Amino acid sequence: MAQVTQLIHDYLRHNKKFPHVYCAGCGHGIVLGSLIRSVHGLGYAKDDIVLVAGIGCSGRMAVYVDFNTVHTTHGRALTFATGIKMANPALKVIVVMGDGDAMSIGGNHLIHAARRNIGLTVLVLNNNIYGMTGGQYSPTSPEGTVSATSPFGQLERAFDIVDMAVASGASYVARGTVLHATMLDGLISAALEKPGFNLVEILTPCHTQYGRKNNFKTVVDMYQWYKKNTVKLENYQKMADVDRSGLTPIGVFRDEGRIGLEVRYAQLRNKLQEQGTCQSSTN
Amino acid sequence: MVIKKRKKKEIFALGNEAVVEGALLAGCSFYAGYPITPSTEIAEVMSARLPMVQDGVFIQMEDEIASMGAIIGASLAGRKAMTATSGPGFSLMQENLGYACMTEVPLVLVNVMRGGPSTGLPTSPAQGDMQQARWGCHGDHPIIVLSASDVQECLEMTVVAFNFAEKYRTPVILLLDEITAHTREKIVVPDPQDLEILSRVTPAMPPEWYVSYEETMRGVPPLPPLGSGYRFHVTGLTHDQNGFPTSRPDEVKSLIHRQFRKIDQFFYDIQLVEELQCEDAEVVVIAYGCVARSAELAVHMARERGVKAGLLKLKTLFPFPKTVVQALARQCRALVVPEMNMGQMSREVKRVNNGLAHVVTNNRVDGQIITPSEIFKNIMQA
Ligand SMILES: Cc1ncc(C[n+]2csc(CCOP(=O)(O)OP(=O)(O)O)c2C)c(N)n1
Ligand code: SF4
Ligand SMILES: [Mg+2]
Repeated sequence: MAQVTQLIHDYLRHNKKFPHVYCAGCGHGIVLGSLIRSVHGLGYAKDDIVLVAGIGCSGRMAVYVDFNTVHTTHGRALTFATGIKMANPALKVIVVMGDGDAMSIGGNHLIHAARRNIGLTVLVLNNNIYGMTGGQYSPTSPEGTVSATSPFGQLERAFDIVDMAVASGASYVARGTVLHATMLDGLISAALEKPGFNLVEILTPCHTQYGRKNNFKTVVDMYQWYKKNTVKLENYQKMADVDRSGLTPIGVFRDEGRIGLEVRYAQLRNKLQEQGTCQSSTN
Repeated sequence: MVIKKRKKKEIFALGNEAVVEGALLAGCSFYAGYPITPSTEIAEVMSARLPMVQDGVFIQMEDEIASMGAIIGASLAGRKAMTATSGPGFSLMQENLGYACMTEVPLVLVNVMRGGPSTGLPTSPAQGDMQQARWGCHGDHPIIVLSASDVQECLEMTVVAFNFAEKYRTPVILLLDEITAHTREKIVVPDPQDLEILSRVTPAMPPEWYVSYEETMRGVPPLPPLGSGYRFHVTGLTHDQNGFPTSRPDEVKSLIHRQFRKIDQFFYDIQLVEELQCEDAEVVVIAYGCVARSAELAVHMARERGVKAGLLKLKTLFPFPKTVVQALARQCRALVVPEMNMGQMSREVKRVNNGLAHVVTNNRVDGQIITPSEIFKNIMQA
């Protein structure tokens, strides 16, 4: 334990912007811990990593970790990351977004970044709520969620982030939770190592803004919920439909290992330059 | 800009194509955009040319918000990057343009103006985005806005736009209009060796000493490319000198003040204008873009009739060329301000003129160019 803590400290900017803003029990810090363990385990140099984050409690992660960090605008992290990766494919570009960030204001960017299969590692921290702005319902809030803007329970159906990523063409898609930390390390490591657009949805509790209003007395109840209501995909697939109700599968949903757009573009460029087809349209 | 005559390469090009020539000469190696008339040729030509440039990248994004995000990312990764658009897309770009202002990211945004508001007149010229170019994104921010009035200038001002962006670490907007962008003329493409091409200053100090938004005399902090060992933080939140979020009043104030000072103190370097027959002028026309060409003819017509007319052609729109305009206001009886909007430039002229000369407005918003005879009439009556 002490070793792990020491390891995490090596990657934090503790002399700069601590204490952090996260509430007690917030799952976002666990994600950061998992990310750091994965990066360390794979032996990446801090200098080669760019962490691009959106706006929200999740996006704040960019402040705390000692990589190259770009804290962008709400929902647009993927667009900045696309520019960075296309400009310098040698960089390992990690994108951290909240559920509101990724699925609402940035939904279109997510669809298109996945379709392009640009080489990014994307972590969507799904706490089913707009945490930072004080707990309004998000596109992943389950039907009936009581929130600051749905005091009578919200009527809309929630997005399934994994389905969306798979349908949009992502190369690697997985779902984990902050409770299953070891499994999460594995999912994030795979998403870092594989080529193409790799997305991990991470279920993470926000007791402050979501749990308290939705019958979770303590944060521990929320972790209990993850324990009881998630099931490994392999087991989920074996279950009968009736038994699946209310359960969320976790694991790897797609793993195609397709090379990223940045590589394909470089290949095209090399081919054209070898052929020397410098056709200026202005001539 | 000095173009020495060495290897003269002449081409017959559209204004939009000249923008691409200028960008490539300036070292642009990254373009992201979304198609929109009347700017689309810039994207089309870029998509063919950039793969032939070393490490060149062209990418068509899902919208203009994404296009701005992508070029900011590319610029932070060390590239000279640009995008091009028109009215509706320009509105969408404001969010991330503000981010680029706040984080001081060099980039070039070409906005080929068409009739607005909204979808407006997609294929007609206008100059209705002038104030949006200055104040389109929220919050107080300095910005540089340039323009061009013929195809040769499209090339030259694109080079200037990149140079200013790099030198002052700021987004630069090049405002063109449909006529200038879609005019085809013979231009000279200068030899790259004859051009002064500027690139951003990168840190000379070791990473431990690097203060990413340091308060210095010059006000322009060095900018290393992402991944070069200087692990700094970039944020659209108001930040301290180390780049981390702050709300301490003294730090907030010093950031915003430095950003303004950075542009203000180089005003004379940035203020680019051309004066034509202004030395003895009693009436001066102030114009930019396609209107400046009409104005030039109108001035000749007036001179032929013995009226001492002159033209002040603006190449820099913001910071507004106040010292030149003011000097002419002192000298002249009247300033004639033809523009293809409801008075977005004349309000600047009036502010600077401050009652010195008579300001004659000449506005047109019907999608038609302001003709030489229209301006001539205004000169004669002024
Ligand atoms: C354009 C824009 N609209 C709205 C906001 C306000 N805002 C900040 S964070 C946020 C939602 C954050 O929710 P989520 O993405 O789920 O992240 P979390 O805080 O839950 O981690 C919103 C709406 C903003 N910053 N920018
Ligand atoms: S509001 Fe929610 S998401 Fe934000 S820090 Fe607190 S627990 Fe975490
Ligand atoms: Mg959230």
